[in-house]
Amino acid sequence: MNNDLLLKIDELKVSIGDRNILKGLNLEINEGETHIIMGPNGAGKSTLGNVLMGHPEYKIDSGNIYFNGEDINGLSVDERAKRGLFLSFQYPEEISGVTVENFLRTSKMAVTGENVPILEFQKQLKEKMDLLQIPEEYKERYLNVGFSGGEKKKNEILQMAILDPKLAILDETDSGLDVDAIKVIYEGIKILKEGKKSFLVITHYNKILDYLAPDFVHILVDGKIVETGSADLANRIEELGYENFKK
Amino acid sequence: MKSRKKTYVEDIDRTIYDISNKERHRFATIKGLNESIIKEISKEKDEPKWMLDLRLNSLEIYNSKPVPTWGPNLSELDLDNIVHYIRPDTDMSHSWEEVPEDIKDTFERLGIPQAERESLAGVGAQYDSEVVYHNTKEELTRQGVVYLDMETAVKEYEDIVKKYFMTLIPPSYHKYAALHGAVWSGGSFVYVPKGVKVDIPIQSYFRLNAKGAGQFEHTLIIVDECAELHFIEGCSAPVYNVQNVHAGAVELFIKKGAKLRYSTIENWSKNMYNLNTKRALVEEEGTIEWVSGSFGSRISMLYPMSILKGRRAKSEFTGVTFAGEGQILDTGAKVLLAAPETSCIINSKSISKSGGVAMYRGLLQATKEASGAKAAVNCESLMLDNDSKSDTLPIMEFKNDNIDIGHEAKIGRIPDESIFYLMSRGMSEEEAKAMIVRGFVEPITKELPLEYAVELNNLIDIELEGTID
Repeated sequence: MNNDLLLKIDELKVSIGDRNILKGLNLEINEGETHIIMGPNGAGKSTLGNVLMGHPEYKIDSGNIYFNGEDINGLSVDERAKRGLFLSFQYPEEISGVTVENFLRTSKMAVTGENVPILEFQKQLKEKMDLLQIPEEYKERYLNVGFSGGEKKKNEILQMAILDPKLAILDETDSGLDVDAIKVIYEGIKILKEGKKSFLVITHYNKILDYLAPDFVHILVDGKIVETGSADLANRIEELGYENFKK
Repeated sequence: MKSRKKTYVEDIDRTIYDISNKERHRFATIKGLNESIIKEISKEKDEPKWMLDLRLNSLEIYNSKPVPTWGPNLSELDLDNIVHYIRPDTDMSHSWEEVPEDIKDTFERLGIPQAERESLAGVGAQYDSEVVYHNTKEELTRQGVVYLDMETAVKEYEDIVKKYFMTLIPPSYHKYAALHGAVWSGGSFVYVPKGVKVDIPIQSYFRLNAKGAGQFEHTLIIVDECAELHFIEGCSAPVYNVQNVHAGAVELFIKKGAKLRYSTIENWSKNMYNLNTKRALVEEEGTIEWVSGSFGSRISMLYPMSILKGRRAKSEFTGVTFAGEGQILDTGAKVLLAAPETSCIINSKSISKSGGVAMYRGLLQATKEASGAKAAVNCESLMLDNDSKSDTLPIMEFKNDNIDIGHEAKIGRIPDESIFYLMSRGMSEEEAKAMIVRGFVEPITKELPLEYAVELNNLIDIELEGTID
């Protein structure tokens, strides 16, 4: 692939409190690629997503993160979003009194730094909501308030669709969902995965392989990527479990 | 999104507002209020004798009552130079240049026209609201609605005014009600005849057009049987007064089957003691709806009271209070359930930041007549940092067992995870907090007409700026 390097993680060590979580992680993602990160609980998968987005609770002890060639270690969360990073949350927050539509339009304007005319926005919103099979009345509902698990995850993907990031990190987007919801979400992602958009998909299981053809699968164990391979690797995990990758 | 300039809306340095030396000298011998000043005011307004008597009686009560000590500390409130601002021949003008930059900046960002800004800041010519007023007035006159400034009403509708004026808030109610009775000036009078449903909200324009108005204004509204009215008072621009006390009175009479919605957004300059008194008397099957936004002031004590006198009378109170640095906003609602099947709903939201204190103080009383009454009280507080304080003090006194009560109080902070979530969608920390706070007060904003809802949100944005580094 001739695409440019989008994300480069170099010997990243991260701790929270006095606990070391990432212990020298390396990863490179080119434009247009889809990477899957798999690993047992507690390996540091969600930490990776949070650190890339700039969560203030995680401390980078050493190592660097480059996005589009820029060292983003010192950037605030919103600045990262503006540069095209997106994190789909495992547990999205509920924001009372703020409608989905208002939130999405405000976010869109914040990310692009441009005014988004309301009619144009509504048209775009309807399109994406249809794609993800979200009923129209949801745009009037308060953000994630009273949403089921599946609805929250769909809403995350809707946000991704509207904000159109360069790199979308999907943190356990498929966990806790029934098969139908997973199908809608991954088919939505498949359609949205156009052009040069890159994905970093954090997941427990390989259901995703039915929908997305990953370029790489990485196995994350105890804060390090211990193996990288193709889609096959995910299937091997299914058979062998993570134990065999631990040292 | 463009990054906005951070602005601290700081307390006002009182010294730069003091009237010129010449004038201070002129009144140097007069301390406090006395009979001759009251007579002067009354004469200037060409009032009937009963009004003068009411003022003098109020003055006597004012002088005899101690400063209340059950709430925020009022001991620093200095009323000695009050005379300057109520005396008819006092020259109140100071110059626009003297108005602090933060106040000017707030006007600018709220989009207040220059003429109105000057009026709000107490300088220059009065804001000419006549055009707006006349358009409203024509429509109202057609429906038989009387809408006048209070001084004119005393002359033109003397009988009605005399029957109601300060009967619901008697001068004996408390010290500042008595002060109001003695020196009141300006305000609105509305009478809606039987069965008339006023379909457009009436907005008060008078508060700025009389000396001492906006400080001691009197609002008297009578909604006759089966009539309906929405009255909106106040504005979101910081009302600046040299004298730092506001003791207005609002008396609302809701007759059988009538309905009144009374909405206010108040934003006082941060040197102000806001000691406003508001009461509504609701008769059989009548409804009072309060929508209230309280911003600014050093200390506010504001507890609108609904007296539900007739069977099935209803009261609904929706209020938001915002207390910032150095501010104590002691607000709430009072309801007296005094008849069978009366009901009330109280929804109060408060926000405190930078050491501000937002207190909900409520009183819910039921007489023995109030069988089958219902009351629901819901208070929520949001503290934006660890220095700020919020508390609720709901007092309930019932003389009847057959009453259905629900009470809920929640005090909380903005979770860090919520801020992270919104920031990950491109919003700055400041914008994220503002969005969460706007969402928090949404139950109130949605009760307001659109332009007021927009103003309320602008106000919140302004209040939140400068608090996050």
